[in-house]
Amino acid sequence: MNTIIKKERLSEQVLRYRIRSPKIAAKRKAGQFIILRADEDGERIPLTIANANPSEGWIEIIFQIAGHGTKDLAALNEGSKVPDIAGPLGRPTHIAKYGRCICIGGGVGVAPLFPIVKALKESDNDVTVVIGARSEKLIILEEDMKLFSNHLHIATDDGSRGTHGFVSDVFNTLWDKGERYDFAVVIGPPVMMKVTSTLTVKQGIKTFVSLNPIMIDGTGMCGGCRVTVFGETKFGCVDGPEFDASGIDWDEMIRRLGAYRDFEHNYTHTHQCKILEQETPRSKK
Amino acid sequence: MEEKKSQLRAERVKMREQDPLIRKKNYLEVPLGYSEEEAVREAKRCLQCKKPLCVDGCPVNIKIPQFIALIAEGKFAEAAVKIKETNALPAVCGRVCPQEEQCEIKCVLGKKGSSIAIGNLERFAADYERENGKVAVPEMKPSNGKRVAVVGSGPAGLTVAGELTREGFSVTIFEALHLAGGVLVYGIPEFRLPKEIVRKEIAYLEKLGVTIVRNFIVGRTATIDDLFKEEGFHAVFIGSGAGLPVFMNIPGENHIGVYSANEYLTRCNLMKAYKEDSHTPILRGKRVVTVGGGNVAMDSARSALRLGADESIIVYRRSRDEMPARKAEIHHAEEEGIVFNLLCNPVSIGANEKGFVNKIQCIQMELGEPDESGRRRPVPKKDSSFDIACDVVIIAIGNKPNPLIKDTTPDIQITKWGTIQADEKDLRTSKKYVYAGGDIVTGAATVILAMGAGRTAAQTIKKDLLG
Repeated sequence: MNTIIKKERLSEQVLRYRIRSPKIAAKRKAGQFIILRADEDGERIPLTIANANPSEGWIEIIFQIAGHGTKDLAALNEGSKVPDIAGPLGRPTHIAKYGRCICIGGGVGVAPLFPIVKALKESDNDVTVVIGARSEKLIILEEDMKLFSNHLHIATDDGSRGTHGFVSDVFNTLWDKGERYDFAVVIGPPVMMKVTSTLTVKQGIKTFVSLNPIMIDGTGMCGGCRVTVFGETKFGCVDGPEFDASGIDWDEMIRRLGAYRDFEHNYTHTHQCKILEQETPRSKK
Repeated sequence: MEEKKSQLRAERVKMREQDPLIRKKNYLEVPLGYSEEEAVREAKRCLQCKKPLCVDGCPVNIKIPQFIALIAEGKFAEAAVKIKETNALPAVCGRVCPQEEQCEIKCVLGKKGSSIAIGNLERFAADYERENGKVAVPEMKPSNGKRVAVVGSGPAGLTVAGELTREGFSVTIFEALHLAGGVLVYGIPEFRLPKEIVRKEIAYLEKLGVTIVRNFIVGRTATIDDLFKEEGFHAVFIGSGAGLPVFMNIPGENHIGVYSANEYLTRCNLMKAYKEDSHTPILRGKRVVTVGGGNVAMDSARSALRLGADESIIVYRRSRDEMPARKAEIHHAEEEGIVFNLLCNPVSIGANEKGFVNKIQCIQMELGEPDESGRRRPVPKKDSSFDIACDVVIIAIGNKPNPLIKDTTPDIQITKWGTIQADEKDLRTSKKYVYAGGDIVTGAATVILAMGAGRTAAQTIKKDLLG
């Protein structure tokens, strides 16, 4: 259990691991995530389950190397075990036959979007997928998305592939052409989710986003992942990770994500030995 | 006669403690333990009452005079065995139990002199056994083929497991976190309960045959019904604890730097964020305000000092006498220089342009008529608001039961407070062969009460499964 069966590089900073995890593979539903530690002293980090195969007993995660946890995770190889994996966590996506769905993913947010796209398609929806990235090399899961969508659009910031612009531009173009949708899912970097979902919500489309607040335990016990939705405090790990986009206090959520920026920054510098600065208690007679 | 009088008036042997100015910067324990000589001297003060009131005061009725007598005779390892007949984790209880409210307060010597330091002696015996490699393996009954699942590896779960494994049951504990121990590892700080001790106690249980599965969330990885139908267990004990933080719902509570005590302590204790090279971050505030007056608030405020705070301040809406924390912990906190702003309640929390906490606005309180808890209700004083500059705020006003089990087990009855309904005497729940105990039943309480519940539940399970 927890052995990495397959390790793939999807783009320079983005990796996909297939991990042996029969119990989680059996129980997991689209939208749920795991919390893992890549190292004995590692940080607990949440990652969406991008795919799973219950009969073969594996799950897949896709992650971008960003801080400690993901850096340590990236250093593991096929055959190694991930020390701790807990899940499946979070409320699953509410999948139904909505009619016409538009699923918009930005950057590595395309990974958590994939299981939802698959589940919506398998529930008889007409699924439009829009995926975007900074440039062509950073587009991921295009082939997987093609298999489960009726229409697929690509956008790149630098125009190296598809529409030269943002996923929100693609949505606006589709809307202006008269395309209409009953349900929208938007997943990606927080600012992208804020901007894009604001557009879909404005057009009256029921929109869900998958939030990625900082988490520690993932079971609702500490409140570190709290977000304000429709004026109430909700926990991202047990009430979410998906929420109705129209109720989210985006600015607060984005601010809270910056809590440990200094800490992450310091980690990337060389370690400075502090052993001589440590005080040891002296017993008094 | 004179000798007897002087024995009655004799002072208890004080346990040496780390100096406050030194200890507020380290994570070592405050009390330093008794030497063998000190332990024997204190044990000999015990009158060995024919009708020991102390035993009634103990939530698990430890055979107190008997274990004390063994210490007095120099039979330290035997004393530990005697305690373990009723209390599976004496090294833990000897450190965290509020003995001053349970056994010691009943001691007859306390009337005119000073009560026997029962807690100190319990700790001494447990530490002696562990440190001298004299941990005895108890008599184990042969396997009876029955399998019991325990949800949660906190004090309640560990106790159920310890009891049932000795009775021949095959026990598996399912723990959601990556380390076992529950509140013993994530909640109680290193300087009150060294994790090495918890690790050894858990290793002892595994040696007795208990299986502990970590990273397994009952309610998600498997439901309780799955445990019966798919995993083949015959009984399930729920010891999932009071792991749901309570917030004040005041403006500004979501600013960066406002933590629930659970988060602050989990980062510090479980994830060891206090270590310089930790991979888990924690904001090391220079001026930390902790809201609350219980043991968790004391733990948070004292941890803040050790994390480098120049000032650690408690804000509590009632007076010192009403603080629910152990007197010993309040005393330790005061010695370490923690400032107590009593009769003071937060109103809102302010932040700078970047969203980081920079102050907490409070209002002064005065005591009015008693409320439901019997304590005088605090009432705000008009025009008395003031700001406390700070960079970290810890909300330590209580914990409620974690709802995951109740949300995923629709046929289990719960109370209006969200706790699991369990019969007071036998701890059976409304679901057949499902039992519950500890904070998930009582709401946030103590380690020893959870352990007492563990014993009761184990006895009921034994009766129900073996007849």
